[in-house]
Amino acid sequence: MTDTHHTLLSIRNLSTHFYTEQGLVKAVQDVSFDIPAGRTLAVVGESGCGKSVTALSVMRLIPWPPGKIVAGQILFEGEPLLDASENRMREIRGNDIAMIFQEPMTSLNPVFTVGNQIVEAVKLHQKKSGDEARAIAVEVMRKVGIADPQRRVDEYPHQMSGGMRQRVMIAMALCCDPKLLIADEPTTALDVTIQAQILELLRDLQKKRNMSIMLITHDLGVVAENADDVVVMYASRIAETATAQQLFEKPLHPYTKGLLKSLPRLGEKKERLDVIGGNVPSPLNFPAGCKFHPRCPIGCNDKRCQTDEPPLKEMVAGHCVACWYAGQDIEKSKDALKHNE
Amino acid sequence: MPSNIMSETKKHLVEVKDLKTHFPIKAGVLSRTVGHVKAVDGVSFTIEAGKTLGLVGESGCGKTTVGRTLIRLIPPTAGAFTFEGEDIFVASTGRMKAIRRDIQMMFQDPYGSLNPRMTVETIVGEALGVHRISTGNKRRDRVVDLLKKVGLSPEHLNRYPHEFSGGQRQRIGIARALALDPKFIICDEPVSALDVSIQSQIINLMQDLQSQLNLTYLFIAHDLAVVEHISDWVAVMYLGRIVEYASREELYANPKHPYTRALLSAIPEPDPTRRKPRILLAGEVPSPSNPPSGCPFHPRCPLAEEQCRHQIQALLPKGDSDQHVAACWKVK
Repeated sequence: MTDTHHTLLSIRNLSTHFYTEQGLVKAVQDVSFDIPAGRTLAVVGESGCGKSVTALSVMRLIPWPPGKIVAGQILFEGEPLLDASENRMREIRGNDIAMIFQEPMTSLNPVFTVGNQIVEAVKLHQKKSGDEARAIAVEVMRKVGIADPQRRVDEYPHQMSGGMRQRVMIAMALCCDPKLLIADEPTTALDVTIQAQILELLRDLQKKRNMSIMLITHDLGVVAENADDVVVMYASRIAETATAQQLFEKPLHPYTKGLLKSLPRLGEKKERLDVIGGNVPSPLNFPAGCKFHPRCPIGCNDKRCQTDEPPLKEMVAGHCVACWYAGQDIEKSKDALKHNE
Repeated sequence: MPSNIMSETKKHLVEVKDLKTHFPIKAGVLSRTVGHVKAVDGVSFTIEAGKTLGLVGESGCGKTTVGRTLIRLIPPTAGAFTFEGEDIFVASTGRMKAIRRDIQMMFQDPYGSLNPRMTVETIVGEALGVHRISTGNKRRDRVVDLLKKVGLSPEHLNRYPHEFSGGQRQRIGIARALALDPKFIICDEPVSALDVSIQSQIINLMQDLQSQLNLTYLFIAHDLAVVEHISDWVAVMYLGRIVEYASREELYANPKHPYTRALLSAIPEPDPTRRKPRILLAGEVPSPSNPPSGCPFHPRCPLAEEQCRHQIQALLPKGDSDQHVAACWKVK
């Protein structure tokens, strides 16, 4: 990250736990990262790794019970969000930090027109009259590429396609000019041709407004094309953080390496895909030590990996990784281990 | 079409000719039929024994309906499906039951497609009972065998689906599909609901099983990279029709139809250094209840001309190969 961008959002040692009937779920543990103004930071990981809970923690939308932010600090332009009153949070949500969700089908209210739902947000934050708010709604719908917004502003969500609904969600998020947009899997439910349109739209809007984006996704292709910085999460902790270029050029964590190798890629002939063995661990029952060790080619035979949690260490400027054997050649390390035996 | 696609000397296990599946739209108090959703509108393809045909397209293009119609979960409106020389669509109910042993299905959703009240043993062994193949210990042995084949172990027999992760559930689904020793498996998006690190495990498993058991797959998916990896032939669907059909190598090296090209260019690649020029399509997939006139792709097509608005081209050979067909007036 360069010094020319000031930090907009800073998360320090965030831990969020859920006290469920089945037991304590440590959904987010000791997560720290910064989002500079005007940049896109991607949080990547598989289901249950804590990426969405991190986003909801920033918005302070963790429902209690069962969830609770148990430790850490979240600074938005220097303001500690975890100490803010509920009223202050309401001002911030939607106005300074907006969020779009994965499911454009279920995150819109089916009994109100889409115009109504955008107007609601505008009126709440900007003290505009009904007509002014409606004009803003039409304008913002035009900006997100909805054709004929004067007519469509009065339509109900069920009259629109998935791509259009996602555009309405983005319009709603953008109507108050937020400084930070949290996009939780914004294109996962959409077709690839529509995904390309929506991502293009987000890039374009970001450039025009100097907005920061926290992009939550599991799709490494989407990360490569959209992110400046990347946080890789595994089993509720950060496995690796780097700039997008560093990460794809030289991934350091065995999980990231395995993930990048296991993807089938266009135009690449392979008889068999490389795999990461095993399963994604359940948050109710994380393994001891490094959470990745049962699936890791080094960690599965290594004492230290099985008992001690590796800390996040900076290997080169801007590239941090939580692995005892970071940066070492996996094959070589395996050979060394065999040798020791 | 199949005759000009492949040499006639080869025996095809699966031959689908001009398949149509239309759903009536009912309206009014008398629920009169006011129109039809032409979910599948004239689809033909063939699959050789032991090979995989990838069927790709976006949501609503009719690819899932093709799979479900073939196994007669949805009645076909027109067309023929010849399996080992026998027309499945005219087979009697009794005959159909026998045929279903040979044709099995794998579903997308590993959460919704397994009965939560049944143990793994009952789920995988159910079909063995339905078809009166084995009972008691013999059935259990067969189930254990199947579980081992898909990478699970005998201790999983008495567990319930909720005790498994998504990838393991998909393995249970595969074991169930294999229980009757089928020849042809219709795989409807078998990996798209799985985590990235699990997808490759399941794809490898499917390929191993294919070569061990000489299985034939119809692989329905929207992920073009996965389809490229697993398929021998690929058909691209748009709005109920196949718009391009070719061998895997041909289709990916040399896509002809503007829709296929746009689709390929829209896939984000996990490599920031390999940015490719993107063909951004305007608009969205039109509704199959009210398809545009002429070529169904013309409202979004960058090449569309007057002719495309009125007439639809049949699948015709393009380029040098007569085995590479596409339905487009603008490409040669």
